[in-house]
Amino acid sequence: MTVMMDTGNRIAAKAAQMAKPEVVAAYPITPQTVIVEEIARYVQSGQLDAEYICVESEHTVMTASIGASATGVRTFTATSAHGLALMHEMLHWAALARLPIVMVNVNRTLGPGWSIWADETDSVAQRDTGWIQFYCSGNQEIFDTVIQAFRLAENREIQLPVMINYDAFILSHTSMPVEIPDQEAIDEFLPKFKPFWQLDTDNPITHGNLVSEDDYMDIRYGMHLAHENAKKLIPEIALEWKETFGTYHGGLIEEYRCQDAEFIIMAMGAIGAEAKLSVDNLRSEGHRVGLARIRVIRPFPNEEIQRIGRGRTLIVVDRNISVGSGGAVFTETKSALCGLNDCRVYGFVAGLGGRDVTYEDLADMTRKVMNNEASETEWWDLKETGGA
Amino acid sequence: MALKNLPREEFLFPGAAACPGCVGCLSLRIALKALGKETILVIPASCTASIEGYFPKTPFNVPVLTIAFEAGAAGASGVSAALKRLGKDETNVVVWAGDGGTYDIGIQALSGAVERGTHFIYICYNNEIYSNTGIQRSGATPFGAWTTTTWTGKTEHRKDLPRILMAHEIPYLATASASYVEDLFRKVQRAKTIRGSKYIEIHIPCAPGWRFPMDKTIEIGRLAVETGAWALFEYENGELTFNGRSKRILEGQVEPKPIEDYMKTQGRFRHLFEPRRDEERLTEIKRHLESDWARFRKQVQLQTA
Ligand SMILES: Cc1ncc(C[n+]2csc(CCOP(=O)(O)OP(=O)(O)O)c2C)c(N)n1
Ligand code: SF4
Repeated sequence: MTVMMDTGNRIAAKAAQMAKPEVVAAYPITPQTVIVEEIARYVQSGQLDAEYICVESEHTVMTASIGASATGVRTFTATSAHGLALMHEMLHWAALARLPIVMVNVNRTLGPGWSIWADETDSVAQRDTGWIQFYCSGNQEIFDTVIQAFRLAENREIQLPVMINYDAFILSHTSMPVEIPDQEAIDEFLPKFKPFWQLDTDNPITHGNLVSEDDYMDIRYGMHLAHENAKKLIPEIALEWKETFGTYHGGLIEEYRCQDAEFIIMAMGAIGAEAKLSVDNLRSEGHRVGLARIRVIRPFPNEEIQRIGRGRTLIVVDRNISVGSGGAVFTETKSALCGLNDCRVYGFVAGLGGRDVTYEDLADMTRKVMNNEASETEWWDLKETGGA
Repeated sequence: MALKNLPREEFLFPGAAACPGCVGCLSLRIALKALGKETILVIPASCTASIEGYFPKTPFNVPVLTIAFEAGAAGASGVSAALKRLGKDETNVVVWAGDGGTYDIGIQALSGAVERGTHFIYICYNNEIYSNTGIQRSGATPFGAWTTTTWTGKTEHRKDLPRILMAHEIPYLATASASYVEDLFRKVQRAKTIRGSKYIEIHIPCAPGWRFPMDKTIEIGRLAVETGAWALFEYENGELTFNGRSKRILEGQVEPKPIEDYMKTQGRFRHLFEPRRDEERLTEIKRHLESDWARFRKQVQLQTA
């Protein structure tokens, strides 16, 4: 084991290198660029034995990854915002083809106007593509999740692509110390990829031909079952990692000081890390506050949220927006709790386009709810209204 | 190779869901004979993606990766890279795409793959329309042709995609025709032996799309070459050579037949002749055709000079 002091992007690239993908197709976009530069360097300096395809667009990134994965090799890539949006058609394709591609997405704001700062709307908008989606809150979690994602994606019960998201700049460009296990230990945790189907001239299957209206629905149901299986497997893999390597960030949800809490802040990504400080401060003021940090949005942890939500007040903070509806975690949490009448849910949309969300902001939102001053949904810190 | 000596082994079986007599299918069957068993096909949305038929059945005897419309060359890039990793570099990676998937929506991926020197063969079967979606215009549709998006005739000439690919310094490029299968077979075999990117474009008369009786398909394909509407050539190591009838036309050994002989066989050009001749557009078609051949001659002369 060594300790590497580096940015989220360089840590993600390191994890990808240690996972030994055989094909990486990539295209640069701020703030993901460092990942593709690092992987190019790993390949060109002989530190990663892989084919690196410097393609001409993100649509081709995902299509080439599909081609490589379908031919039977481990495949990794990374993107952000507009790159992810350009991939949209092929995200569906990768998931329906049940290919275990692992991709990092650095959460960045969508234009116009151009902005490169943190916003989860890019990946939240891809919730329906069938990909498993993680959100990380620190660089150690980025490292651990990238390696764990391959184990998960390549499991026979899953066979789905996995996206690992983290905040632009707040994590992508911020250095933190990260424990890096030895390569042999990683190899043992993540053995060589064995594909379940593959293009093979000795077994000439046709993949992706016409599917009758009688068959298609069952294919979708198979994907749904795989997501149900992932709800079990994600926590299991995280615990196995903890036993092997010592680091742990929770299963589908990371719970922090929730046990006797009356009020629970819910958030994803870096806001979820910031909220720990708010919880500590509010507790020192005598309030029974906890944090449930959502690590996985697909599959959505409905059952966990029902358990956590019982008898409590939830304060959900979303750095993303489905315009015309609301923040993703808020609306999905409401739907998970539908029918349970012993919990209340408040939603705050905050930090869109990279606007800072501090531990003070999160504490203020919580206080507002505790004082019964909050409406069910609020946009936090708006300029026009002078803030909510 | 004479027709009767083509390999017996079949990689495209009967029962494919194409229009009866489709020479797109015929060309694919011949191309697969030249390619052989060690081949992976990548097929974007097109008539061919439909003729694959319903899962779990397939008429193909080689592995097929069906892929999105614009993504043929992109999918092949991934397959080719993975095969290299698996030590199966000798397997042919072949995109089989229509002209819409090649000239229009797929040109970015194709240009990127060729620029990167991807080791693969890209075959465009050019029926000069989007047939799968019901006969809409493409960048390969000729001037004046009726389609369901150009009801009074297309107002632009077709894009010269082979020239665009030659500008990429592609190692091998050839045009072929479904009506000259020995020539097609030879060109696919040639492409197989060359490293890097190869492009072959096959002219495919499409009976429902061009409005002619199906049993005239081969004849119309021949007329295209005999009138010079379609030229058979090869481009290798930066050198352009014409083949067969096209070579004789280029060198002035035979006069091309009048272009109207070709156009009059097809309903898609009928409005240029009925109810009265559209002299303006017919003149434009002839002018453009002559300028194409003048450019061909100039290019070949420059090579020999
Ligand atoms: C992104 C996208 N846009 C549109 C379509 C609809 N579409 C399917 S096939 C096709 C036309 C194909 O034309 P061409 O490539 O010439 O092949 P052909 O049908 O003539 O065989 C179109 C427009 C699609 N599948 N995907
Ligand atoms: S529409 Fe034309 S190209 Fe398509 S299957 Fe029928 S004949 Fe062949």
